[in-house]
Amino acid sequence: METVTMTLVQHPELYLECYSVTPDLFAGKSLAEIADLPAHEGKIVWKLGDFFKFDGKSGATAAETRIIVNGDVHKMKRFGQQMTAGEILINSAADMYVGCWMRGGKITVKGNADAFLGIAMEGGEITVEGDATNHVGSAYRGDWRGMSGGLIRVKGKAGNDIGTAMTGGTIIIEGDAFIHVLTHADGGTVIIKGDVEGRVGGQMVKGDAYVLGKILYPLPGFKKVATVEKECDGQTYTFDQYIGDLGERKGKKKGEVIYGNIYLKA
Amino acid sequence: MPKVIENVGCPYCGCSCDDVRVTVSDDGKKVLEVENVCAIGTEIFKHGSSDHRIRKPRLRQPDGSMKDITYEEAIEWTAQHLYKAKKPLMYGFGSTNCEGQAAAARVMETAGGMLDNCATICHGPSFLAIFDNGYPTCTLGEVKNRADVIVYWGSNPAHAHPRHMSRYSIFPRGFFTGKGQKKRTVIVVDPRYTDTANVADIHLRVKQGHDYELFDAFRMVVNGHADDLPDVVADVPKEQILEVAEIMANARFGTTFFGMGLTHSDGRNHNIDIAISLTRDLNKVAKWTIMAMRGHYNIAGPGVVWSWTFGFPYCLDLTKKNYAHMNPGETSSVDMAMRDEVDMFINIGTDAGAHFPIPAVQHLKKHPWVTIDPSINMASEISDLHIPVCICGVDVGGVVYRMDNVPIQFRQVIDPQGLLDDETLLNKIADRLDELNAQGA
Ligand code: SF4
Repeated sequence: METVTMTLVQHPELYLECYSVTPDLFAGKSLAEIADLPAHEGKIVWKLGDFFKFDGKSGATAAETRIIVNGDVHKMKRFGQQMTAGEILINSAADMYVGCWMRGGKITVKGNADAFLGIAMEGGEITVEGDATNHVGSAYRGDWRGMSGGLIRVKGKAGNDIGTAMTGGTIIIEGDAFIHVLTHADGGTVIIKGDVEGRVGGQMVKGDAYVLGKILYPLPGFKKVATVEKECDGQTYTFDQYIGDLGERKGKKKGEVIYGNIYLKA
Repeated sequence: MPKVIENVGCPYCGCSCDDVRVTVSDDGKKVLEVENVCAIGTEIFKHGSSDHRIRKPRLRQPDGSMKDITYEEAIEWTAQHLYKAKKPLMYGFGSTNCEGQAAAARVMETAGGMLDNCATICHGPSFLAIFDNGYPTCTLGEVKNRADVIVYWGSNPAHAHPRHMSRYSIFPRGFFTGKGQKKRTVIVVDPRYTDTANVADIHLRVKQGHDYELFDAFRMVVNGHADDLPDVVADVPKEQILEVAEIMANARFGTTFFGMGLTHSDGRNHNIDIAISLTRDLNKVAKWTIMAMRGHYNIAGPGVVWSWTFGFPYCLDLTKKNYAHMNPGETSSVDMAMRDEVDMFINIGTDAGAHFPIPAVQHLKKHPWVTIDPSINMASEISDLHIPVCICGVDVGGVVYRMDNVPIQFRQVIDPQGLLDDETLLNKIADRLDELNAQGA
């Protein structure tokens, strides 16, 4: 694997859209060609080279390309947009849309990540060492398909809309979350290791939520059916199992109704 | 001889009443009398012929004072700043006709900026829910003629839409509703005992911010899980939920009118989303519709006009020039202002100075700020340039969309006396921008 290191030399005045920073677009290009890739600040089209200095060398393919981003890039969005392979390491906080529509590869953000982290993600892995905000692995507005594959791990806390309309994949929030977890989901797994304010599994057709802390305001549409031992992110706990959302439509498999599940640590 | 003008539209709230009678003076410059209009509607017509109206653009001077300038100078100033800005934002349109909104679309497409309307702080969440879950709605005429069960959820028309209940929902005698209020059941869901709750048959006092749970409970009942209902949901007892669910399921035609109580409490779009899901459930057993209580007489207008122009109703990012992008949370006015993400602001037909959070206004104020509005308001008083325009429905006519998305032709009742209307002004700005772009290219 080859590594391209990009170091911030100039802060944008507003916010910069770094949709070109993906292993897919860097692969097979010289450093000069990479520095020539576009980035929008409002209506102005800059080049990446106007803000970053580049070192190292890109791989022949995306899978063989690692990108290291140095400097404070918290005012830059869309790192790793639609990437399919390779790696990105961001050594600071990043703005919105990290790994949006991502299909493969790996992104690590050392600081916080802003909203729309991994929206509509199909595969790959995102790790945020700080906090995330709203719309983690959820769907784009009006889309019924949220995250469908891959893994998002947030080591800090998150806001609302975790896995909205999710159909597959796993989201792990190690801290607390606010409201709307797996809303409208039709599959997928969300693990919240801290507390949640409420609205876990609202309008959920199917999917699994694991909550290791408390749910302050549980929804009426979930009913306790069992106490089970289950493995969750490598450890086994005893959970109270709730099924629902009883208000939402439900599918059947082999004559049996399939419900969404909330596993609340007993 | 004073002249009487019939069937005039009222340019105030989302009811967009179009049965107003206005008497104007002989010279066509003064409104003498307004009939068929509520107290707030009366004021807008009176204001139209007030002697205190600003009739010339005013530009802020280095010493902080405002100096009268010509329309030509104001157009030049605005076009130059739009041309220079990297990411200008034009926001407002609560009180503008569709012709003005179409011209605004042209300005911001030419400028390569952000275009947003008051829905962003109002019924924007309703749009998001509608994208996600559809909109089983109807017109206010259908409500008047057919509805026998009316739900006001998180809305208070007694104060915000004064003639809504008398013209459309509760009191009128329609084709199939000849007995008017006597044959209608009115349910109000609100944490407060409002004046609307006062006329309701049933008032559900939902716990503030927990409407979502209550919708979930209703859906459980409609979908056959009444037995699993907890004893109390969001402070509403189970018996009352069952009673109301029964009324809803037996409606011949029901309509839910929802307002800011849902769009501006936690969950926002999800509150509307689940309300739409409940409406869909109810349509398995009865006939149900749902409608947003849009605030202003033509705030539905920009949503319609820009949807046919760009494909999205609000929060438009036109900076890429060849395609439009929309994602509230990122491209919404307040979020951009809070993040200091725009470098010029045009406030048109609204008052961001009064409605936005203070830190948002502080960020916007760092950059050039233009207010296009007939009146003096908080935004006009802190802006660098204030351009007065005609009041739609008073000095100029135009097409407006009522809250049920029915277009209505509004009329001009008095002479504009030299004021430009929004459409003309904005097209002149766009023309000048075209020239600047051509020179720059
Ligand atoms: S209800 Fe609204 S539209 Fe009708 S007269 Fe009053 S303010 Fe005007």
